[in-house]
Amino acid sequence: MSRFATRLTFAGFGLFLAAPLAVVAGVAVNEKKSLTFPPEGFSLAWFGEIFTNPEWFNALIASLVVAATASILAVLIALPIAWFLWRWHAPWVRVVQVLGLAPFILPPVITALGFLAFWSELGVYGEPWTVVISHGIFFVTLPLVTLTLGFDAIDPTLVEAASTMGADDRTVLGTIVFPLIRPYIISGLAFAFVLSLNEYIVAYMVVGFTVETLPIKIFNALRYGYTPTMAAVTVLFVAIAAVVFGLIARFGDLPKLLGAWSPKDE
Amino acid sequence: MSRPAPRRLLDYGPITFPAAMLLLFFVLPFGIMIAVSFFHRVQGGFYEPAFEFDNYARFMSLFFGNVLGFSLGLSALIAAISVILAFPFTYLLVRQRRRVQVGWLIFLLSVLSLSEVIIGFAWSTLFSKTAGITNLLVAIGLMDESVSLTPSFFAVATGMVYQAFPYTVLVLYPALSRLDPTLVEAARTLGSSPLRSFFNVIVPGLRNTIVATLIMVFVFALGSYLLPQLLGRPQHWTLSVHITDQAIYQSNMPFASAMAVFLVLVTLGLVGLSLLLGRREHAQ
Repeated sequence: MSRFATRLTFAGFGLFLAAPLAVVAGVAVNEKKSLTFPPEGFSLAWFGEIFTNPEWFNALIASLVVAATASILAVLIALPIAWFLWRWHAPWVRVVQVLGLAPFILPPVITALGFLAFWSELGVYGEPWTVVISHGIFFVTLPLVTLTLGFDAIDPTLVEAASTMGADDRTVLGTIVFPLIRPYIISGLAFAFVLSLNEYIVAYMVVGFTVETLPIKIFNALRYGYTPTMAAVTVLFVAIAAVVFGLIARFGDLPKLLGAWSPKDE
Repeated sequence: MSRPAPRRLLDYGPITFPAAMLLLFFVLPFGIMIAVSFFHRVQGGFYEPAFEFDNYARFMSLFFGNVLGFSLGLSALIAAISVILAFPFTYLLVRQRRRVQVGWLIFLLSVLSLSEVIIGFAWSTLFSKTAGITNLLVAIGLMDESVSLTPSFFAVATGMVYQAFPYTVLVLYPALSRLDPTLVEAARTLGSSPLRSFFNVIVPGLRNTIVATLIMVFVFALGSYLLPQLLGRPQHWTLSVHITDQAIYQSNMPFASAMAVFLVLVTLGLVGLSLLLGRREHAQ
């Protein structure tokens, strides 16, 4: 395919993916409180609204707290599984791994409904902390995938050398394994964080009537008409995602994390 | 590194926390959901333990049969369009310089992580009368007056393809990036045009990958629950939407659970099939 045709193809797909975001960004800087594009005037007031209007600000804080704690929980669950499968030969522990991978494959509404039934049976439906556990379990797949890749990438001779020199399990873990998998921990954390920030159905079914995260807030706002703050929040979320994935790419190997050959194989 | 089997019970220590968490908060909720699907609904939003198939029987009614048929058909359409678009795109992407690839991957991941609410909002804006794409057509003189393109089946399908496209690319990315470049080179040396070598060498060689991707995207599209509500009419509601509706607004947990159990069975069957296809390709 000619260079020109290739460029044209990329431009076409880029346009398709960017168009809705561009329109939303345009609406977000509109001066008037109306849904018009191209924007009339220029104002950053709607971005200010996220931080000054208590309703939007509370939703932002709720989202950030849930995403931060849930992603840490997801890593705490994923890390021992990935480590164990790397350290020991225990076929049945693969079952635990499959359980960790399952939530991401099933349609999300199923996990959401399971949690709704579960928390209701326990009588704690609507408690704010239930969404942290729900998201922690729902997103355990992401750190599990990145950490499994991370452990696979550890050069076995390093560990053997350390063992030969007399290092015990704990020393190997602290001096070799942990530093090597730290980038994978961070990227797993980051993936889970960004997805939790954007997650709607589980949060809605579990605590939607007591805790309003930003996606829930946007959906509720959509039903009662239009406010440009929704557009501003959308821009903010796209920016957060781009920055987080940009950082992963800057400090880690993004193509490899997504399953490509690493450059040294080429 | 040869991995020894755990010798002492203590060696299993580290796995107990994740195992307990997943059993308690994933397997148990799942089990409860299956149990509830056989329970008897009591008017007023409650249910009592029972063992009856009424909920499943109701699901087999004409109305929900249509819902199911629509959901499966819509997901199949989205999967087909997404793979047809994403396959050549990914093929071109993996041949770009690494910097270009990284840039696109960041962009695709950012779009993929977007909430369905946000995607729905963005497309409903783009399809609206006041801020939409038809204004552009009016501006260049192709249309007389801007119109609203939503709610419609077209809007639902566009939104869902938008949502599924980055996912499809990322599912195809590993397989295509591992493709042996000498295959195409050989075909090219033998005089095949780039387009012909693409269709005669790449596509047949990755047949199983393509089918497995189709299934994965199908399952992904099956999970869409907000886009049909935000961009479509009630007749465009999918199974996922009806499950949410029954659980939250009709307070009929047993019926919602029965539909969810059915969705799980469909999904597991399809995922199993795609794994089988993937394995066969590796064995070749």
